[in-house]
Amino acid sequence: MKNTFIDIVDKIDTAQVYTDLIDAHSGGICVFVGTVREFTNNEQVISLEFEAYKTMAINEMQKIAEEAMQKWSLNKVVIRHAVGIKKITEAVVVVGASSAHRDACFEGCRFLIDTLKERVPIWKKEVFSNKSVWVSAHP
Amino acid sequence: MKVLLFGIAKDIIGTSIFEMPSQPKYPTTVKELKVILVQMFPDFAKLSSFAVAVNSEYAHDDEALQLNDEIAIIPPVSGG
Repeated sequence: MKNTFIDIVDKIDTAQVYTDLIDAHSGGICVFVGTVREFTNNEQVISLEFEAYKTMAINEMQKIAEEAMQKWSLNKVVIRHAVGIKKITEAVVVVGASSAHRDACFEGCRFLIDTLKERVPIWKKEVFSNKSVWVSAHP
Repeated sequence: MKVLLFGIAKDIIGTSIFEMPSQPKYPTTVKELKVILVQMFPDFAKLSSFAVAVNSEYAHDDEALQLNDEIAIIPPVSGG
């Protein structure tokens, strides 16, 4: 039975993650959804544009999922990231976990998103009315 | 020797696949590749950091490069 769901997609379906994580041995499901925020440092963002090195991103996401499953004894894990142009309020990333008890899926979920941000090769460009900026590129 | 480029690295060089010059010689390690790129494109030195991936795995500076490896420049990641 499949217990990790790793994807790079054009559009995130926020209902799908719950279906993916339903599990008879789990007493809890925890999900984090990252969305496009309208303001960055008081500047109005028009959209975000995501680009991925797909083969490597999938590879890294799979490693993160397996690490989390082992560390917190999770039953199922989802890591799904969107690419392309995303407008204000749209979902850009969803991670989730199901486990026997809630502590494990809360902690596992936090690890999934924090570690994704550290090492998965995906890049975000913030598009403003007068410029666009690759996030974190410069000190 | 081809190098895949993403994010700001693609903007710096102006293409998504860069062909490394064969003269005076191809880089034989990740470190040599980085030194050549910074010499050719000084804007790489202004980045917070940049990593190199070889065959879809992060590579250390002393890792050897083969001509048929899939090599990619990984500028600071910002997913999520």
